[in-house]
Amino acid sequence: MEPIINVRHLNKFFGNHQVLTDINVDIHSQEVVVVIGPSGSGKSTFLRCLNLLEQPQSGEIIIEGTSLMDKNTRINDIRTEVGMVFQQFNLFPHKTVIENIMLAPVQVRKWPADKARQKALELLQKVGLSDKAEVHPSSLSGGQSQRVAIARALAMEPKIMLFDEPTSALDPEMVGEVLAVMKDLAREGMTMVVVTHEMGFAREVGDRVLFMEQGVIVEEGKPEQLFGSPSHERTREFLSKVL
Amino acid sequence: MDFRFDLIVHYLPVFLRGTLFTIGVSIVSILIGSVLGLGIGFGKMAPKAIYRWPFHLYINFFRGTPLYVQILIVHFGLIPAFYGTTNVLMTSFIALSLNSAAYSAEIFRAGIQSIDPGQREAALSLGMSKWQAMRFIILPQAIKRMVPAFGNEFIVLVKDSSLLALVAAPEIMFWSNTMKGQYLRIWEPYLTAALIYFVLTYSLSKLLNYIERKV
Repeated sequence: MEPIINVRHLNKFFGNHQVLTDINVDIHSQEVVVVIGPSGSGKSTFLRCLNLLEQPQSGEIIIEGTSLMDKNTRINDIRTEVGMVFQQFNLFPHKTVIENIMLAPVQVRKWPADKARQKALELLQKVGLSDKAEVHPSSLSGGQSQRVAIARALAMEPKIMLFDEPTSALDPEMVGEVLAVMKDLAREGMTMVVVTHEMGFAREVGDRVLFMEQGVIVEEGKPEQLFGSPSHERTREFLSKVL
Repeated sequence: MDFRFDLIVHYLPVFLRGTLFTIGVSIVSILIGSVLGLGIGFGKMAPKAIYRWPFHLYINFFRGTPLYVQILIVHFGLIPAFYGTTNVLMTSFIALSLNSAAYSAEIFRAGIQSIDPGQREAALSLGMSKWQAMRFIILPQAIKRMVPAFGNEFIVLVKDSSLLALVAAPEIMFWSNTMKGQYLRIWEPYLTAALIYFVLTYSLSKLLNYIERKV
């Protein structure tokens, strides 16, 4: 089967510093791929390349058969199909929760407001925040904010969801509620790429785990294989520190 | 010292006209200045340096030279160059607007750049265009932060409009000078002018406090 995301020989530099070196990954529809690795390993940068929040210098990224590196590709159209959840939530503080969720469907998808509202209410129910529709994000806890951010991304009905350390900015007692929403999503068959330090989540939900270090994918495999018997010394070292 | 209130009363209608002119020229200039300033502010944020430098130059020229000099250049240089003859009204509006545009541009730029880049990234990641991200996400938040700075700019503009007396624009200072010349008195015209400016700027600052609480 054709992969939904196809990354070939991807190279990314910040100035003279190479942060991604020859990244090659195929991600299939409904697959949950978890990216782990030490800070500064390039995993977030890799994720941000997948919707061109970072512009790679060379290589190829093909999403559903469309090349992101092709100058004629309308990146906004790609982004409507690729949702993203950020470490810092990035909710819009001047809008209520439901306005946060409705804005893109109305402005980008051109849905009528009542259809977008309906969808937003459904999603709020799904993430367990129906009672928060009319409040502003400043009154939400970190865990609630991140669940709203997930609902906001889902409102566009994306085919792929990117998660950039979605629980790293949360108090420990709030991590669980966000991971629970992500697990539901995985169970429903969403294609997900998740950068995280939550090894439990990687092991339980991941179909495949990529270990990155210094801009290179050192090792990849099924969670039981990568966590159980990593084949590279660097993977072993990293896992011994975080597990 | 005798203080001739009767002279002030006699001159009141004239002061009133001057005050209206000052208010009018200040409002029109802040409005034109804001529109120009928005464009110049965006220009200064252009991704390529080659597009930035004319805006950079504009802002630095108008912020780096006295308004006094700018008024003279506009009055005796710019306007005659285009119209053959000069015109006090045009000088007033153009000089203040151009000057205000430079300060407004910096207010816009600083306000927009003060918004967390994550806001823009979130908007783009939802498929919004750069323009939609600017209009729905960045500007509404930035404008809120710009209100105090714009208030200050407006107050400064009201006071700086007094320099238009230089080219005999019929504003408050021009009539004060006229009154001084007519009666050879110092305190009456200048204290009256000071009082009018003070009332204008003080009410403005109160109004701005109110608006800041509202937004």
